[in-house]
Amino acid sequence: MSWAAPDDIFFSTSLAAYLDKKLLVLLRDGRKLMGLLRSFDQFANAVIEEAYERVIVGDLYCDIPLGLYIIRGENVVLIGELDIEKEELPAQMVQVSEAEIKRAQKAEKEEMLLKGLMRKRMEFLDLD
Amino acid sequence: MLFFSYFKDLVGQEVTVELKNDLAIRGTLHSVDQYLNIKLENTRVVDQDKFPHMLSVRNCFIRGSVVRYVQLPPDGVDVDLLHDAARREARGA
Repeated sequence: MSWAAPDDIFFSTSLAAYLDKKLLVLLRDGRKLMGLLRSFDQFANAVIEEAYERVIVGDLYCDIPLGLYIIRGENVVLIGELDIEKEELPAQMVQVSEAEIKRAQKAEKEEMLLKGLMRKRMEFLDLD
Repeated sequence: MLFFSYFKDLVGQEVTVELKNDLAIRGTLHSVDQYLNIKLENTRVVDQDKFPHMLSVRNCFIRGSVVRYVQLPPDGVDVDLLHDAARREARGA
């Protein structure tokens, strides 16, 4: 990867334009990390400072602080620049504690399992 | 190299990128690189309610490996040119 000249930052796909900015990083496992981009490389490996995970379950959300993170590029789906003048989340969303969001996550997981189970039970009916 | 060159010519056009995690993002193609990583500007998510965390994201970098489709305007593609380029590439390879 050739070194970009100062002006190249604006036209190229490099993450240099995002350095020291507060970003949203979506990971392949569905997690949403947020924090300041401090470093990156050609594989989209990234160093995020003051990172936190934003867990969202329905209308509830919680920010769990993580500290200094190095993310392996293969897990990165998207890196988004947050517009500071816009609201990060819809107004109806409520911030809750870590314990509460973990409970909500567990409830959602059980609901998904139950749905999957019921679907499997119905499959023998061959209704389609 | 063919699609890298092709996308370079598409810079400035409105596209919708559909990712492997089913997220679809509409925006202006800002830049592309050899890995087909994509930078979009002026983005909005197609199904905003399903992805509330994307509300304030206006520009983003999308890793090439997670793209499923890039949806283009039908008149944004010169199919014959692409066809010729593909034939040339196939002959050379």
